[in-house]
Amino acid sequence: MRVALFVTCLVDTLFPQVGRATVSLLERLGHEVVVPSGQSCCGQPQINTGYQREALPLIRRHTDVFSAYDAVVAPSGSCVGSIRHQHAMVARRAGDDGLATAAHDVGTRTYELSEFLVDVLGVEDVGASFPHRVTYHPTCHSLRMLRVGDKPLRLLRNVRGLDLVELPAADQCCGFGGTFAVKNADTSTAMLADKMQHVLDTEAEVCTAGDSSCLMQIGGGLSRLRAGTRTLHLAEILASTEPAA
Amino acid sequence: MSTFLGMPDVGHAPRGVGHLRGEEPFPAAARKALANAQLRRNIGHATSTIRAKRAAVVGEVPDWEELRTAGRDIKNATMHRLDSYLEQLEANIQARGGVVHWARDAIEANEIVTRLVKATGSDEVVKVKSMATQEIGLNEALEAAGITPYETDLAELIVQLGHDLPSHILVPAIHRNRAEIREIFLREMPDADPGLTDEPQVLAMAARKHLREKFLTARVAISGANFAVAETGTLSVVESEGNGRMCLTLPQTLITVMGIEKVVPAWTDLEVFLQLLPRSSTGERMNPYTSMWTGVTPGDGPQEFHLVLLDNGRTATLADPDGREALNCIRCSACLNVCPVYERTGGHAYGSVYPGPIGAVLSPQLTGIEDNASLPYASSLCGACYDVCPVKIDIPTMLVHLRAEHVDARRAEGRPSPEALVMRAAAWTMSNPRRWALAQRLTRLGRLLGRRRDRISQLPPPLSSWTASRDLPRPPEETFSEWWTRTRGSQP
Repeated sequence: MRVALFVTCLVDTLFPQVGRATVSLLERLGHEVVVPSGQSCCGQPQINTGYQREALPLIRRHTDVFSAYDAVVAPSGSCVGSIRHQHAMVARRAGDDGLATAAHDVGTRTYELSEFLVDVLGVEDVGASFPHRVTYHPTCHSLRMLRVGDKPLRLLRNVRGLDLVELPAADQCCGFGGTFAVKNADTSTAMLADKMQHVLDTEAEVCTAGDSSCLMQIGGGLSRLRAGTRTLHLAEILASTEPAA
Repeated sequence: MSTFLGMPDVGHAPRGVGHLRGEEPFPAAARKALANAQLRRNIGHATSTIRAKRAAVVGEVPDWEELRTAGRDIKNATMHRLDSYLEQLEANIQARGGVVHWARDAIEANEIVTRLVKATGSDEVVKVKSMATQEIGLNEALEAAGITPYETDLAELIVQLGHDLPSHILVPAIHRNRAEIREIFLREMPDADPGLTDEPQVLAMAARKHLREKFLTARVAISGANFAVAETGTLSVVESEGNGRMCLTLPQTLITVMGIEKVVPAWTDLEVFLQLLPRSSTGERMNPYTSMWTGVTPGDGPQEFHLVLLDNGRTATLADPDGREALNCIRCSACLNVCPVYERTGGHAYGSVYPGPIGAVLSPQLTGIEDNASLPYASSLCGACYDVCPVKIDIPTMLVHLRAEHVDARRAEGRPSPEALVMRAAAWTMSNPRRWALAQRLTRLGRLLGRRRDRISQLPPPLSSWTASRDLPRPPEETFSEWWTRTRGSQP
């Protein structure tokens, strides 16, 4: 299958290893990956901060770049949530019904990574090996906007050597929330403190999730505390072939 | 915001009266609340307890999702014909011997109630717990007129005696623990036993003894209402303690203050809401007391009944197609109990009697966005509120809409904030491939900042509020796009 990768601006710029892992995973499963040029940001930071007018050219560009593909995959529940649930709404509010229709159309063919693997490709065992103790944080937008449910967990349970340990109060937000993390930094940090406590309680070596943004928050806090627990995107674990010790 | 032809322009809730506005923006108020360890422990404990109770009793209802959908549909249909349902309600109440008053705002409502109490010759009233009267600051207005209001709901009593403000819709004293309540009772309740302990039962019995005399002697009661049935003219209050039942039946005069959005068309609609409300709010299958009354009944209960219908910004809210669903709220507070922001800051940080996620969308609409501009941003948009709302109010989408309304209002003023300039510049950069590639290369300069520890721990404002508690990764030597072009050649 030919898959268009929407790598997301955050992964492209700060976490390129997540994009590379997504490519390597999909290619290992026998699919052709293309990375359409001209892609940048889905516009969610603007939309969720109130700058819908500024988001409009980003939505238009995203829709143009990806309208030619049957399947678009992104390693982010949050960006896919915005594409699927916000793009058409913002376009309609701006009175651009043509863009709304086209954006809605792209949204129906855009998938978060775990959705794509389980629902579209029908794969739960991706042939990965990762001999470490891991806990999984379900990000809010993958959980509540996309309803990915236990798909990421099903994928992780099939990884060789992986010791999956349940995260207490997993469905509680990590406190990232985009510009919320800066505009309401104190509240965001209080939420992060509880999330880190739960992560550390699991004694996991690695905390994983399907969004680099939430992992930047959790990982940024753990790094500041020198906590010794690292964060890895789900794609990085699913791409791993690290042999068992 | 669009206004329909024929919609009366009654405006927003006026300033200077009632409790819909805080003294400082949410981030500043939240900072103080977050530093209060006792408050955080109290609220964390209480919300997690109610969350678990709610989840258990909601899980037993096989058609819960259908009930939520029915609740939303009834409310939406009602709001589309609110004017005619309100007139039907008025006609039916008048036919049964009640009097209906229309209050444009908090000032008018307070004047009407004060006048009605004075006309009875009484200088004190007993009160049933009511959000509407808290919203308009009725107690302060009564006190200014020489009338003493006695709150009879246990938690409202604690708030009143503590010269405090409610911090939760359902559990107004959620920020207090039992040791603090004991201290308040000993200090403020003249008839409290000096040997009072902080056992919940002992505290409840002390309040019971204190209130019992008021119930038996008060000649006027003031209540809110959970529902009003248009087709019969019936008012309803649901409660747990029985104080409401006593206020609604013992005094000679009953005055009810109700927001205009509380009306439902038909008696059978209560079937839906009386299932949704208790399970969502207290986590009970059914609330202990459901009181209903229709006008006055000679020789039984209050012989004089007044209903004050309150607008106070509700018609303005109704005029916004993207915001009006906030009026569908049945005040269960399930969204407060699941909100990770509310759980950490408590209710006072919101500055309004309506805190939490629903408050963040309702308060700015009642007052106008400029008076509560920070509230729509007091959310990480995690969506937990939408999942539990018994009438399916899409609070996250409404928050995003109100943020846009705020930004558009600022835009109209013509003086862009630093944030607006950043957002505009980011969109300008990212909507063009060459500019975006250049910006990504510039990001690499950040490598210098992280060169010593392989992480970035200090950035200048406004990003300093990120690095105050979190590191940032050092930007990579090569972006994903550069790697792709280098290894795979030109892009399609």
